[in-house]
Order: sequence, then C-alpha cells, then structure tokens
Amino acid sequence: MTRVPLERKVLNENDRLAAGLRQGFLQHGTLCVNLISSPGSGKTMLLERTLAAFEPARRVAVLTGDIQTDNDAQRLARYGFPVRQITTGGACHLDARMVEKALAEWRPESIDLLFIENVGNLVCPSSYDLGEEARVVLLSVTEGEDKPLKYPATFHRADLVVLNKVDLLPYVPFRIELARENARRVQPDIEIVEVSCTTGAGLDTWRDWIETRYAARRAGG
Amino acid sequence: MIEETQPFMHEMSIAASMLEAVQAESARRGAHVLAVGLKVGELSGVDAESLRFCFDALVQDTDLAPLALEIEFRAWRNRCRQCARDFAVESYRTECPQCGSAETEVAGGKELEFSYMEIEDP
Repeated sequence: MTRVPLERKVLNENDRLAAGLRQGFLQHGTLCVNLISSPGSGKTMLLERTLAAFEPARRVAVLTGDIQTDNDAQRLARYGFPVRQITTGGACHLDARMVEKALAEWRPESIDLLFIENVGNLVCPSSYDLGEEARVVLLSVTEGEDKPLKYPATFHRADLVVLNKVDLLPYVPFRIELARENARRVQPDIEIVEVSCTTGAGLDTWRDWIETRYAARRAGG
Repeated sequence: MIEETQPFMHEMSIAASMLEAVQAESARRGAHVLAVGLKVGELSGVDAESLRFCFDALVQDTDLAPLALEIEFRAWRNRCRQCARDFAVESYRTECPQCGSAETEVAGGKELEFSYMEIEDP
C-alpha cells in the first residue's frame, strides 16, 4: 500500500464553476449578491422592498432558490424585473451549477444587479461559492442574538449582516448590541445594517450599501 | 422553473463530490484506492459524522468499496492583526490572548480538502 498526496478541495468542481461565473460578472460589471438566512428571517420581503424602490429601467434580476414551490418567485415577479425560480428538489443549498444553468436563459451582459436568494438555511449554503461579489446574511430579531456564534461558517464569510424586523424590538428580548458584538467576533470587518421591512426603517441604508458596492464594481472593483 | 434532483442535506452532496474525485484519481492512476484522507475544518460548515455516514452509505454501491475515510479535524484558529499571534479559538473567544485586541482574523479551520490517498501496490 502506498500513500500519495492528494491536494485538492472537495468542492473543486463547484469552485471552478463559481470562478467562471465570477469572471463573467466582473466582465459585465454585474454586482451579484448572495442572500443567506434561516427560513423566515425575511429574505423575500427584503427583496420585495428592494425591487419596489428601483426605477423600472434598472437592469435588475433575481434568482430565488427553494426546496419546493415557486411561491417566492411569484411574489417577486410582481415588481416587473426578471425573476427565475430554482427549485432544488430536496437540496438544502444552491450550488454554482444551478446558478449557471439558470443564468443561461438570460443575456448575462444585460444584468447590472443580480440578487440570489439562497435556500433558507444557515448551514449548508456557506460551503457553496456562487461566484457572488457580496455575501449578505439576514438575521431577524425574533431569532437568537447568538446566531453568529452558532453558525460561524456562514457569518465569517459574510460581508454584511442585515438585522431585520427591528420594529419588533420592543416586544422581544433580543439585545441588538450583543448581536453586533457576536457578528464582529466571528468577522471583525463585517458591516451591519438594521432594517424593518414592515416600517421601512433602515432600508435607505441598505439601498445605499448596494449602490456603493455597485458603483465600486462599475469602477472596476 | 429548473428542477434539480440532489440528495438531501449538503453532506450527501459533498460525499458524492468526494466519490467523483476519488473515482477520477483511481482511473487516472489505474490503481485501486483503499483509503482517502480528508481535512475538515471547524468552520467548513460540514459535520464530520454526517459526512462519514453519507460517504459510507454512498460508497457501498460503487466499485470503490471498501474505501476507508480518514478524517482529520482542523480546529478554528485566529491570528491577531496587532501582534500577529496565532491562537486556537475556544468557546468563541476570538480576542487575542496575548495583547487583548479584538482585531483578529481566521487563520485556520476553513478546510474541506483531501490530503492523501492510500493506493494498492501494483
């Protein structure tokens, strides 16, 4: 028996496809945002509020992943922008191959902003690079403020945490400063915005964040 | 709508990716693979026991069986941006044990990669 070195990542194939997607996004000046959270944190609602505020001429598109049903795609399609559902048929995450296949139906050069709503899950999506430029994790105040510590693999790869449902803060024991501290423990450079998709509080800050990232991308970042 | 058929839970998808990689290596070398070594980091998002369960379940229906999976767990380590100290993170304590700075970053524990294969001698 002989031991031979085998130095390769397990998800080599996914990483290869993701690198191809990333290259395409860079070339076309597309900002791709991968949105991750637990089920029920408000990903679809945040996207609805985000889409509603864009000028109709804005070149925005959405891919939305779900294990079953196309309910989210139906909700998102009301805003007039192209939306495609990826039904994973049991898989708990999106992978780069699914994104590549879904994008093949569109002209990728015609998309400036691409939002990918991942399957509601804080564990599995973290391992799968989708070629995104920004990874955003949603955490709602009806969850525990220790989520960043329980799911460090997800939070330490994130660029931004959106703390959602802050209108409910008076009614829940969520300590927002502790949540911020926990997120920074896992990723010191992480940015945090507080929003309520119900009242609209903080959504300007979220939109500014998107526009700043988009401008940086157009400038060649 | 795009339909995908994939096994449930991502450890199953990962185990399937592993078997594909081992199958390719086995064919490339023209040798039977007896064991494969894998590094699984604490921050990889993968549960080592679930992965082993899925791997064993999948491998038995392939011509790779019996194939041993040897998992090396890699703990979460951070490095201090102020004093460059490299330290193990225990109980989520990410502040530097040397200078107390909160400015530390991940230095290890993200691994999900192969390290070696044991192949049958010709």
